[in-house]
Amino acid sequence: MANAKDLRGDETILKIENVHMYFGRVAALAGVDLEVKKGEIHSIIGPNGAGKTVMMNCINGLYKPQRGKITYKGEDITSRRPHERAYLGISRTFQKIELFGGMTVLDNIRLGRHIHLKSGIVSGSIYAGKTKQEELESRKFIEEEIIDLLEIESIRDHTVHMLPYGLQKRVELGRALALNPDLLLLDEPLAGLNLEEVEDMARFILDINEEERWKVTCILVEHDMGVVMDISHRVFVLNFGNKIMDGTPNEVQTNPEVIKAYLGEEDLYATRR
Amino acid sequence: MSGSPIEMTKDLTIPKLFLSQCKRYGNTKVAMREKEFGIWRPYTWQDYYDNVKSLCLGMVALGLKKGDKVAMIGDNRPEGLWTEMAAICAGGIGVWLFQDCMMDEVKYIIDHSDAKFFVGETQEEVDKALAIKNDCPKLEKIIWDDPKGMRNYQQDFLISLKKVQEVGQWMDKKEPGLFENLINQGHGDDICLLFYTSGTTALPKGALLSHWNMLTMGKNLMAVDPCYDTDDFVSYLPFAWIGEQMMSISCGLQVGYTLNFPEEPTTAKEDIRQIGPHVMFAPPRLYEGMTRQVQVKYIDSSWIKRKIYEFSTKAGYKVADLKFKKKPVPLAWRILHWLAYLLMQKKLKDHLGMSRLRHAYTGGAAMGPDHFRFFHALGVNLKQIYGQTEIAGISIVHRDGDVKFDTVGTPIPETEIRITEEGEILSKSPSVFQGYYKNEEATKKTLVDGWLYSGDRGFIDEDGHLVVFDRSKDVMTLRDGRPFSPQYLETRLKFSPFIQEAWVIGDKRPYIAAVMCVDYAVVGKWADERKINYTSYQELSQKPEVYDLVQKQIEESNKDLPEPARIQRFVNLYKVFDADDEELTRTSKLRRAFVENRYKDIVSGLYSEADVVHMDTTITYEDGREQRIKMDLRVRNVHL
Repeated sequence: MANAKDLRGDETILKIENVHMYFGRVAALAGVDLEVKKGEIHSIIGPNGAGKTVMMNCINGLYKPQRGKITYKGEDITSRRPHERAYLGISRTFQKIELFGGMTVLDNIRLGRHIHLKSGIVSGSIYAGKTKQEELESRKFIEEEIIDLLEIESIRDHTVHMLPYGLQKRVELGRALALNPDLLLLDEPLAGLNLEEVEDMARFILDINEEERWKVTCILVEHDMGVVMDISHRVFVLNFGNKIMDGTPNEVQTNPEVIKAYLGEEDLYATRR
Repeated sequence: MSGSPIEMTKDLTIPKLFLSQCKRYGNTKVAMREKEFGIWRPYTWQDYYDNVKSLCLGMVALGLKKGDKVAMIGDNRPEGLWTEMAAICAGGIGVWLFQDCMMDEVKYIIDHSDAKFFVGETQEEVDKALAIKNDCPKLEKIIWDDPKGMRNYQQDFLISLKKVQEVGQWMDKKEPGLFENLINQGHGDDICLLFYTSGTTALPKGALLSHWNMLTMGKNLMAVDPCYDTDDFVSYLPFAWIGEQMMSISCGLQVGYTLNFPEEPTTAKEDIRQIGPHVMFAPPRLYEGMTRQVQVKYIDSSWIKRKIYEFSTKAGYKVADLKFKKKPVPLAWRILHWLAYLLMQKKLKDHLGMSRLRHAYTGGAAMGPDHFRFFHALGVNLKQIYGQTEIAGISIVHRDGDVKFDTVGTPIPETEIRITEEGEILSKSPSVFQGYYKNEEATKKTLVDGWLYSGDRGFIDEDGHLVVFDRSKDVMTLRDGRPFSPQYLETRLKFSPFIQEAWVIGDKRPYIAAVMCVDYAVVGKWADERKINYTSYQELSQKPEVYDLVQKQIEESNKDLPEPARIQRFVNLYKVFDADDEELTRTSKLRRAFVENRYKDIVSGLYSEADVVHMDTTITYEDGREQRIKMDLRVRNVHL
């Protein structure tokens, strides 16, 4: 895979300052700082229990940190609720798939689009004028941008729980994209996928990040070091709630402290496929 | 054919016909539809014209000259057809490649055909072209269609189809009338297509076909089974297959029916059902797939549905057999048949996309009589087509009401058939090809005094129907000295839904043996239901229960065969034959000489006392990785 193209600007899209998150007396995050530039793929790596998912949950509002400040596009969002953050353009996928199993692929993706629909129950039942136009635009967006991008034409009417795991992961990404986000949080999008599915998914992430149409900033939590080092612009290393370093993939791979914390004494490349 | 019949002269070319049809229908009729983003999108004849014109002029501006080859690869979609038509309009020659061609094949064909332009659909095809570009010095431009993933490709010989069309529009403004001029320069004897035959033995050979070849073939087929411009046809089989060219170009253009392109190969089945085509031409494996699908669904369905199915097929078979024998159908059976239609056939045909089907053709390989009867019992007018790429695809076809499931029918108009003393089938018609490209020797062997030597063995039966026995070199001799067709035995075996591929051996040997490939999906499901554990195809194929199952299928097919022609020993292979491993041709025909050499250990095991064959082999994956396989295959005897 070619190394990620550098499309980043100087603009900061997300800033986390001194964030603390405790569960009882356990410090999941002990004063973490992170700055994400617009247009980059910023990966968060670290051993199990390092606090990666907690960080994701803080960013998208599922958890409210006890201390610290989170700024998104210059606005303090620390006390904003999750759905308000979604309105602002923050979308995510989950480590364990959180789709509606009994609904079709198309319905799941449409649901992600819901916050952009303005029409109410009454106008929706008439289907005319503005509502019709809105519906057509939404359909066009889902079909032409998402289903085509993720190559899931053949399963659009299938019920989600009948699908193989790899495809469910793809559908979840589709739903996250339906929000038309500016910032996408990807929580282990490659876990449990086979080699071919990993390659596909990595390509989709690159497409979403680089393609003129999308240009989505991504925060990626992932254990597959091969992919992380190949596609990330910056890598943030977390251990026991503390930042170890934040740098380019090259800097991270050669940092002795990272190697020690993350992999014991072993070679970082041991987990490369 | 509807409207005014087209006058077929030597001066007529495909582009000239294209032009007159575009003028005739203009914006009033849909020429093609493509399902895109979940919706069927129509293109009128005017759109067809505009697109072909801009593409043609664009390619001319980029340096395409008369006689230059344009290689094309990609799924069936309007852009593919436009490119082909544009290349032919410019006086160029179209060369189609199968989508799943491996790098070596692509390289061979591009190099051998002297292709100047390469038109690929997506990044994948572009990557193939880039990999071989240095080895094919005559290749000048690589044209791509789908922008997905192409953002990082900067080479200056790469150009998008859209850009080519823009150049074409600019060219049209500069030199109005150029497009029509180019078309008018063509003559019926010019070459329009170069087809690489799959070749069961040697390297592919390039058959040259002229406009006259293609047009007369279409005309003569349409004379037998007329189509109408209100018909629908679904184009989903590779353009690199002559049968698809026959329906989409020759017949499609002459009749003016609507071509429909599925969204993706994976959605083709559902898309066909939505369209409900009036005419269909597919190789046997597609019909075999449908039969298997029905048989498997039958096993899965509820008791009442199974009973209805059993009753309906019984009535269907009875009536079909009477029709095959050309006997009248008694009133009682007619009523039962009507009931069967209402209860089952109507619904099943709808699911298979066959409810509006008037003619279904199969060709390109042998089809088992069981499959044939199956479709006729369902009320589908399935007919055999016989022909080669070298005769533009067709010389023989069944006539309505005169279908015999062990023959291929009678010659189409303007076609003569002769059988040599050795039993080889020869044919002669205006559609016989112009020779092999850069292969004088092969041309001389195949084309003698205008007669096409097919290499197939056959005879003409008492009703004047041609019976194709097998490829001459494949015909085998039983131990009692009688000739026999291995292909016949194989198609019989493949009627079982559990068997995907079979290879029958036994030429001048004491008995007949077979190498079987089970169907992974069907047998896998069967094993799941019986709580038989397996992790891979390899393991599943070697389960004793699966051997029992396969043995049962062989015994079933052995019934009513003369004793020397029965299969006595078999092995379940650890994989399915695959075109990527060169075991099959791209049109799914078994390459016997190749497999015989590759699996010689298995063959010697089948003709020894051994119960087990030791295999030690290396397999190559599509991405070039290799894996060594060491395993033991059981050999099983069949009770006669």
